[in-house]
Amino acid sequence: MSLTAAETRSAALPFDEMGTAENCRPQYQGIQQWLAETPAEALSLKRREAELLFRRIGITFAVYSEGGDLERLIPFDIIPRVLDAAEWELVSRGLRQRVRALNAFLHDVYHGRQILRAGLVPPELVLHNEGFRPEMQDFEPAQGVYTHVAGIDLVRLGPRDFTVLEDNCRTPSGVSYMLENREAMMRLFPDLFARHRVASVSHYPEDLLETLQSVAPANCAGEPRVALLTPGSYNSAYYEHSFLADEMGVEIVEGIDLFVDDNIVYMRTTEGPKRVDVIYRRIDDDFIDPLTFRPDSVIGTPGLFNAYRSGNVTLANGIGAGIADDKSIYRYVPAMIRFYLGEEPILNNVRTYCCGEKEELAYVLEHLDELVVKEARGSGGYGMLIGPQATREQLAAFAAKLRTAPQDYIAQPTLALSTCPTCVDSGIAPRHVDLRPFVLVGKEIRIVPGGLTRVALREGSLVVNSSQGGGTKDTWVLED
Amino acid sequence: MRLHVRHQTSYRCDSPVGAAIQTLRLTPRSYEGLRVVQWQVWSDTHRELPIFADGYGNLTHCHAVNHPHATALVFVEGEVDTATTHGIVRGAPEPLPPLFFLRPTKLTQPDPAVAALARQVAPQGSVLKQLHALLIAVREKLDYLPGATDVAAAAGEALAAGAGVCHDHAHVFIAASRLLGIPARYIGGYLWTGTESREYQASHAWAEAFVHDLGWVGFDPANRMCPTEAYIRTSVGLDYWSAAPVRGVRRGTAAETLAVAVNVIQAGGDQ
Repeated sequence: MSLTAAETRSAALPFDEMGTAENCRPQYQGIQQWLAETPAEALSLKRREAELLFRRIGITFAVYSEGGDLERLIPFDIIPRVLDAAEWELVSRGLRQRVRALNAFLHDVYHGRQILRAGLVPPELVLHNEGFRPEMQDFEPAQGVYTHVAGIDLVRLGPRDFTVLEDNCRTPSGVSYMLENREAMMRLFPDLFARHRVASVSHYPEDLLETLQSVAPANCAGEPRVALLTPGSYNSAYYEHSFLADEMGVEIVEGIDLFVDDNIVYMRTTEGPKRVDVIYRRIDDDFIDPLTFRPDSVIGTPGLFNAYRSGNVTLANGIGAGIADDKSIYRYVPAMIRFYLGEEPILNNVRTYCCGEKEELAYVLEHLDELVVKEARGSGGYGMLIGPQATREQLAAFAAKLRTAPQDYIAQPTLALSTCPTCVDSGIAPRHVDLRPFVLVGKEIRIVPGGLTRVALREGSLVVNSSQGGGTKDTWVLED
Repeated sequence: MRLHVRHQTSYRCDSPVGAAIQTLRLTPRSYEGLRVVQWQVWSDTHRELPIFADGYGNLTHCHAVNHPHATALVFVEGEVDTATTHGIVRGAPEPLPPLFFLRPTKLTQPDPAVAALARQVAPQGSVLKQLHALLIAVREKLDYLPGATDVAAAAGEALAAGAGVCHDHAHVFIAASRLLGIPARYIGGYLWTGTESREYQASHAWAEAFVHDLGWVGFDPANRMCPTEAYIRTSVGLDYWSAAPVRGVRRGTAAETLAVAVNVIQAGGDQ
């Protein structure tokens, strides 16, 4: 999982999604009652049971830059995070709007670039960005879709304030945790489900497959053949790749399993070559085809891009979608929504300072101890500064980095992420959470209710990334 | 001037390779200075190769052989009518805006030597004068010496070596030009050298820079001149990697011998 949901504590008390003991919010009343009637020992027993369950399933997440136990279990918290139907309606409407605008932006920057001509986004920011792939210019992807699976990271700052922390338009991961968390919860707490009307998420693989089939190339005859392309079993998200391929009932392939002839992609099988129409690829642009991109890539399929550009195969997500989720482009998403859709944004954006701009850099340097600073192109919560929690030395070191390569950084105010009750060693305590819903875009847009809730397990911590010690929770959307 | 091009590439490996695939950007597109009369690209295994226009507008063929083979032949043959435009390129497909061509790449990354070159020509008044000064300066700093650099040498490396071939001259010119704030790009193509002898220089590379009021203008630093009717442009890109006339990947470790024969002659003429 690559993602940075950072952020931190602020002077204001964060919004707690359960509410107070005296004033529990309605959607959490069942949970509150359950927690009140369940003895602490019973909860710890369930926690251990949950851990065993996950070990048995084998969901692990390879963490970089840490020695030892490479395939580490992401901690799972047994207290679900609950959204009611009205909250979800707001969020899902906002997500649809945002992802429509992101796809419209991608189509525009690879065609007429109206948004640059209109002066709404600085042209250099797009054209000189490595995420902008000139190879995609004037190419028309099936159904005009570039980002088919978008992971939009949300934080909640108040009852009706859902704010996007970042968009992930390339190869967002984590959906397998969403599915496995639900599965585990249903096994551990059948009674709890009996007491709630929780919207199902189990149809995600089916939705994904239908989405992928709906973007098959126009020249595809018959039922489209879909394959999932993985970098291989050493990839940190390999578990998810094989899990999704299994669930969809499609082949999982590596670059070597595919070949290109006459700009058509074939999969090697025991019954001979089979044409592939749609590739759900979990390999980055740079490595997907050594004939067009990095020549030293050994995990890609040579010629794949030529086949794509010739309209003989669909890659999902499309090549070049990274220009839409670049951290320096993020601040312009509300402008995209107004420009392409003529609508007001439903989800909020965080005020973002581009350190590459002189005045903004000056502001950031002056307020470094209040801000969160991230690498414009980083992910996974690495290389990030959380001003309010940094030492004086850390601040000074970061200021030096900012002065050396300001364009590589963006800064945002430190946000008071909402909290949810969480099992910790000392009992049950509020911990900060974020939410990554998964938006599927094909002929239509589908979103399974909920998403992946990540929780910062350390007290006061705002970093929910699994690479930084974060855990996950099951996310419940209650039906009316 | 009517030019006739014949270009044959033969690949021979010391043991069979399992599969090989190539992207070929060897087909000119018409613009004010050139009209394509006819043009064909084919191979010993494919009478017709699939074609598409890439993001830069280059007509791109793809040649794939997916069975073990030790030899392969690729042929290009065509005829064009050319006219002198003093290097000005008008009427060509331009899918990407000039601003894009200020983007640095690994091969055109400026280093202190490239920056010094840019400073040396900066005092020339107009953009056009700067570019003409650069055209001469690049060649002065960089001898023409086949085999001096690897294809993938960066501008700075070539300058440090003090010698290179046409793509090195182009990369240095492009890197310095971009430093001056002038959009510049890499051009691959063919060159009529006026003799009928087998001339490896017939495959050529040069640069184009964007000048307000004129548009894209060609500069050939290797030959210290702007392109004439002897030039046939077949590919455009940010640098060699994106404009490479031929880019290939093959499976296996067999050693490959390449024989390239390029003939550009004036059709219907004595030469």
